[in-house]
Amino acid sequence: MRLEVDITGKTFRSAAGETHEVLAPVKFALQSGEVGVLIGPSGCGKSTMLRIILGLDRDFRGTVARPPEARIGMVFQEPRLLPWRSVEQNVRLAAPDITDAKLAELFRILELDAHRSHFPGELSLGLARRVALARAFAVEPDLLVLDEPLASLDDALAGRLRDEIATLVARRPVMTLLVTHSLDDAIRLADRLFLLSPRPARIVREVPIAIPRAERSEAELGRIKADLAAPPLESK
Amino acid sequence: MLRLLSFALFLAIWWIAALFVGAAKLPSPPAVLNVIIAEAASGALFLHLGATLARVTLAFVLAMSLGSAIGYLMGRVKLADRLGDPWLILLLNLPALVVIVLAYIWAGLTEAAAIAAIAINKLPTAVVTLREGTRALDRSLDEMATVFAMPRWRAFRHVVLPQLAPYIAASARSGLSLVWKIVLVAELLGRPNGVGFEIGVAFQLFDTPRLLAYSLTFAAVVLVIETLLVQPFEARATRWRPRAA
Repeated sequence: MRLEVDITGKTFRSAAGETHEVLAPVKFALQSGEVGVLIGPSGCGKSTMLRIILGLDRDFRGTVARPPEARIGMVFQEPRLLPWRSVEQNVRLAAPDITDAKLAELFRILELDAHRSHFPGELSLGLARRVALARAFAVEPDLLVLDEPLASLDDALAGRLRDEIATLVARRPVMTLLVTHSLDDAIRLADRLFLLSPRPARIVREVPIAIPRAERSEAELGRIKADLAAPPLESK
Repeated sequence: MLRLLSFALFLAIWWIAALFVGAAKLPSPPAVLNVIIAEAASGALFLHLGATLARVTLAFVLAMSLGSAIGYLMGRVKLADRLGDPWLILLLNLPALVVIVLAYIWAGLTEAAAIAAIAINKLPTAVVTLREGTRALDRSLDEMATVFAMPRWRAFRHVVLPQLAPYIAASARSGLSLVWKIVLVAELLGRPNGVGFEIGVAFQLFDTPRLLAYSLTFAAVVLVIETLLVQPFEARATRWRPRAA
């Protein structure tokens, strides 16, 4: 499976009647088993781009080719759980075919066992984010879209969840698109990094990371980071 | 407990007022109770209560289901809202009496005319409430359901309906009281039985104990319906919400 994004532009008309360019031409493709990470300043149009890719916003110029049979797992910036359904029901409603064993494993990994029958209003934001992750994983997605899934989690948990995302991605051939502010998360997870400009967003630089995720040593991560900190030539 | 106390207070005020005003205008609680017992023993009370209750049920169900569907449609589809809005304003402001009289003239003094007239009176308020509820639906949850490819029915049942439940409960509660008020007028004007008919008779005879006997019994029935049906539904629909202080 392959995701091909070729957006030539997106304008937004504000309530005052002014038009704003939200996205400049953006073009990239993602293969099964690949993790693409979008990094950019906040407000640059990342979320708009995700909405277009997911088919929630059809008012744009260009094309997004997404296999129609591709199952989508999504973690929104806010957890977007159904407040009137329990944690377990929230996951099962998105993934009705999940087996009890798989669900149990998922809850064990994300440490949600004690919260199965709780309602989202009774959870902390960190817990709610984990439920949103469980829901996205539970559908066994072909396309996994993560919009800052690790924000506002403590470092230890964020690190563990990052490893879990890596494990899931390794287990199944899934196209993963991750939006993050954290360079650390980005270089640990990405096969390819897309650095975005301020609004209207365009891809300033595409950085492939060839070393397999599991074999990235601290030294190599440091080298990649230093390389990213150097100003890219083409943006001048 | 508090409810019982407040009920006792109501009885006490009634009794004291009855002593001041005199039995002709306001009979005391025991006098009314005697009439209720006599009417119940003859079976007339249950016949009239049953007839009224059946009309209320039919008109209420008709108005709620039709009104909810129309309200949902108008909340979702702009064109439906534009087309339906003038009708809605007309129906909202049409006096109940006009609808009832016209229904009896056009369809005769029939059961169908009575029920239709009552339902038409309740319909627009259900539409307005449900339209508001539909407009207030959380778009971000809709998007979530779309992204996760939830089938339409499942999304409606688990994403949309729980959000509409408080509006449905509010509409049911106000609707029940509205229907109950209007049904008596319809019965008074053109039905040969029911609480409204009995009250009409009592009015002609200036029979205050009988009038109070029928209206209070029906008020009690409405109270029971509210406690046993409407409130449990509301409690269930909002059980996920942290308790209000």
